[in-house]
Amino acid sequence: MKKHRAGPLRLAVACLAMLLPASALAAGDGGAAPLVLVADTRQLTGIMAWWANLYNESHVYFTILTVVLIPTVGVIFGVVADFVMHWIGIDLTSRELAEH
Amino acid sequence: MDWLYILMPIAGVSIFWPGLIILGIGVGIIGGFFGMGGAWMVTPGLNILGFPMAFAIGTDIAHMAGKSLISTMRHGKFGNVDYKLGLIMLVGTIVGFEAGAQMVMWLERLGNVEKVVRWIYLLLLTFIAWMVFHDVRRRLQKERAALAAGTKFDPLETGIEWHKTLQNIKIPPMIHLPVAGIYCSAWLPISVSFFTGWLAGILGIGGGLIRMPALIYLIGCPTHIAVGTDLFEVMISGLYGAGTYTYKGRTELVAALIMLIGAAIGAQIGAVATKYIKGYGIRVAFGITVIGCGVSIVLKMAQAWVPEYGRFLDVSATVLILGLVSCMSLYIFVKMVQGARRELAMKRGL
Repeated sequence: MKKHRAGPLRLAVACLAMLLPASALAAGDGGAAPLVLVADTRQLTGIMAWWANLYNESHVYFTILTVVLIPTVGVIFGVVADFVMHWIGIDLTSRELAEH
Repeated sequence: MDWLYILMPIAGVSIFWPGLIILGIGVGIIGGFFGMGGAWMVTPGLNILGFPMAFAIGTDIAHMAGKSLISTMRHGKFGNVDYKLGLIMLVGTIVGFEAGAQMVMWLERLGNVEKVVRWIYLLLLTFIAWMVFHDVRRRLQKERAALAAGTKFDPLETGIEWHKTLQNIKIPPMIHLPVAGIYCSAWLPISVSFFTGWLAGILGIGGGLIRMPALIYLIGCPTHIAVGTDLFEVMISGLYGAGTYTYKGRTELVAALIMLIGAAIGAQIGAVATKYIKGYGIRVAFGITVIGCGVSIVLKMAQAWVPEYGRFLDVSATVLILGLVSCMSLYIFVKMVQGARRELAMKRGL
């Protein structure tokens, strides 16, 4: 009985997998998403202009700085929040596992 | 009201910045609570705020890495993170993610990537929602059967037990994961993470939406461990994804940092709330959120089918997704406050 139910399901999954590239082709309307190769800095000033210029000059430095800045800012916010929660008095070190 | 808008230096679009903070708080709460980056809400959210889809994906992944770091720090202190499992899964996630990201670039060259991404989103959300509620229904049936038989119902009992079958496939090397309490073939987490990483790369998400239920239903993690371990994974894959998308010129760091201000607050609230809510409570809330997200995507897609109602459908999708984020965030926030008050009252009583 199980075999009869699993058959059409497998067939449907296989069909979906085969149709996926076709759906991509069908969805295409000829216009790819625009790539920003050079950022427009004419309306920017200060740090924003510096940031956009960095992007224009080197994608590598821009990427390195982005990847370093994100966790740094995350850790700073995390430590500050830790301090606030501790000050409120919530136990942040244990939890009872009551259910799977 | 110009001061409420900020010109994004790379994308060159003006964005309503309070919207970024609000989105950050909401998704931070939901992400910290469900153990995911929340890209499935942020990517359409950023798109709605005015970002082109490709920028929405990259920016979302960048903010997600920082937010997941904050949540992982919190869950790690609760003992919710299985670092060994997380590191093993990292291999499959990175390889799978790169395969998925390359596929997106290929799809962009073919044509309109947005439609394909939305279709994959929709199929995936439908399957996940079905899985969650099927699991809850099966568990309820078991509970009723135990009641009828007069036996005690084990609170660690689950509805769906696919993980037991998969854990019985003993292809060496076998591994023991003490935090999650699992003994299985190393190939199980590697293959699951490759598949979820590949999907994450295509959809432009950290993978939490797929990996969290996969950790529960395919690997067999308890819900809280799945949440914490998944965030650890989202953090690393998000950072890797941020690097990949930034190098390809698809990340707007300014927007990601603005969102991170809100997400830092939200992530703390969401992570602490898991302390006070049971595993199946998290699963049900997750299922409801997935359904809401699915409906909003259908509304967006329907604009192409009935263009005369396009404006109405667009507004409905926006209202639904923002309403969903607000309601779920409020629910989690209230539960966290109630739990914290109980805990503080008990401490004072001792």
